[in-house]
Amino acid sequence: MDIHEYQAKELLRQFGVNTPRGGIAYSPEQAVYRASELSGDKWVVKAQIHSGARGKAGGVRICSTEEELSDAASWMLGRKLVTHQTGPQGKLVSRLYIEEATNIAQELYLAFVMDRKEERVVVVASAQGGMEIEEISEKEPDSIVRSVVDPAVGMQAFQAREIAFSLGLDASLIAQAAKTITGCYKLMAETDANMVEINPLVVTGSNEIVALDGKLSFDDNALFRHPNISELRDKSQEDPRETYAGDRGLNYIGLEGEIGCIVNGAGLAMATLDMIKQAGGEPANFLDVGGGASPERVLMSFKAVLNDKNVEAILVNIFAGINRCDWIAEGVIRAVKELELTLPLVVRLSGTNVEEGRKLIAESGLNISTAETLAEAADLVVGAWKSAKDA
Amino acid sequence: MSIIIDKDSKVLVTGLTGRIGSFHAEEMREYGTNVVGGVTPGKGGTTHNGLPVFNTVKGAVAETGADMVIAFVPPPFAADSIMEAADAGIKTCVCIADGIPAQDMIRVKRYMRRYKEEKRMRLIGPNCAGVITPGQAFAGLMPPHIYLPGRVGIIGRSGTLGYEAASQMKEIGIGVSSSIGIGGDPINGSSFRDILELFENDEGTDAIVMVGEIGGPQEAEAAAYIRNHMQKPVAAYIAGLSAPKGRTMGHAGAIVSAFGESAQEKVEILSEAGVAIVPTPSSFGPIVEKMVKAA
Repeated sequence: MDIHEYQAKELLRQFGVNTPRGGIAYSPEQAVYRASELSGDKWVVKAQIHSGARGKAGGVRICSTEEELSDAASWMLGRKLVTHQTGPQGKLVSRLYIEEATNIAQELYLAFVMDRKEERVVVVASAQGGMEIEEISEKEPDSIVRSVVDPAVGMQAFQAREIAFSLGLDASLIAQAAKTITGCYKLMAETDANMVEINPLVVTGSNEIVALDGKLSFDDNALFRHPNISELRDKSQEDPRETYAGDRGLNYIGLEGEIGCIVNGAGLAMATLDMIKQAGGEPANFLDVGGGASPERVLMSFKAVLNDKNVEAILVNIFAGINRCDWIAEGVIRAVKELELTLPLVVRLSGTNVEEGRKLIAESGLNISTAETLAEAADLVVGAWKSAKDA
Repeated sequence: MSIIIDKDSKVLVTGLTGRIGSFHAEEMREYGTNVVGGVTPGKGGTTHNGLPVFNTVKGAVAETGADMVIAFVPPPFAADSIMEAADAGIKTCVCIADGIPAQDMIRVKRYMRRYKEEKRMRLIGPNCAGVITPGQAFAGLMPPHIYLPGRVGIIGRSGTLGYEAASQMKEIGIGVSSSIGIGGDPINGSSFRDILELFENDEGTDAIVMVGEIGGPQEAEAAAYIRNHMQKPVAAYIAGLSAPKGRTMGHAGAIVSAFGESAQEKVEILSEAGVAIVPTPSSFGPIVEKMVKAA
């Protein structure tokens, strides 16, 4: 789960990391008022969306008058900002963060990630801040400092100092930098974050270390033990198709194509998307119904798939282990009847109780195509979709 | 011959008295798995479906001599259960739970290193379908009848894709020595490389099928191991050719976040290591047949 920058900064402050002073605004009037509460004569208006690279999309503006503040706020609020991370549909700006402008002397990069090779938290830092990490690794690979944290004891002060010195920071800044680095690690460990990224972390003109931006992402599997983090979720930043399915306990990812998919098992679901693509179609979604799926759950999956108005054909692909093909078939039949489904539908069943399942579908008298293998199923659904489109 | 599990493995089921543990324990026993008991804290001294129930894994090991644990424990408690098994001297622990917090798994992996290598527990999973040696025993939740006993090993992240491979092989009369689900989590117990090594040294295995997917470094590690250390032929399928970058595709570990983690890149790396690539999930049968005939 991702959260907004202002929420991330609030958490960072709780763990001893300096951030610029700022406040949240929902209207141009509030934006002006927030600025009046802050000191200085320059302010930054920052659109709060779950995406990086907001600056290039016009979502970060430095202002020095009330008029500029008000204009920037009116331009951003209600607008969908498109960045390379949001997809073409963009993300809606409904809140702004108004911050005092910072006098930047140096920009650094600091991130904490789960490293799958080390199987530990790894700190990645660079004296070349401001760019994305991919760009830093491409242009300035030698500037990257890495440090692995032993989970048995957590991050140690000497590791934080080593990182700070490797960044080439002045001796007067080392204690501050070390406090920032250990604070971020504590935040990550105590809140089950998957990633803490501060880009840029800056040294100010008055020799202070400040997090100018903050990106936090949390482990969905650990949210059960962090109610204070769970409540930071902002559904308006999510794909509405995914929110609908996710709220009903389905593992769904929205894609751009026309062929809806209902599959059991994440691996088989991925493979099914690959097969559809290979057969000349484009999948509309990834959906794993999970193990032991009841007819109700299958019906729910159909609702989630059909919630995407781009869907023009549906493929159900089940290899039942702990699932039962007869239950799946029952769910499919109920879905076709209750949802009055008219789109082309292909069902491939295999595994536990496959004969019973196939029989139920054959005897239903409904217009459902069946397939024995995954290849056959993919060809059938793409063929049916194409001929329905041409008709 | 086989790896990890056979008819003599003494299997302890943690979470035996729960609905899911209870159901799968019966399936396992029906197939021939030597299930020796279960662990449910607070229910020690009782019996469940004729099996003795213990309060602790240590207590169960002392009474039954169990050497394998299959954990049917919900994700929030699974890490604790794995560490309890490791501390009780269990040889292999299979963990089914899908949804263990990643930082719990980091702690589990660190904890397991407390034990000397020869005494260190082998963890399979989490978020996996389990392990099976066809015709002998299984510990997991797979439908065992789709596996024909034979001489090809299977290693897979995904349960259902492993079923695809096994059933396509059965259809053309190719059997399986053992099939091991390593699970779809970003931080897991045994890697492809770990299991490849076991198969390479197993007299009952002639060839191996790997079922991989996007995300993480383990397929690339496996490729290096195959190139440098393996004699037996390996075939591989990688799921997620059409997966968008940066999205988690169902399995917590199925996300392309670094160089070399996409399906295309993994296929390339494995292919360069001499692995026969299974191009689609429907072509396990013919590719494995070709590999077995050549071997």
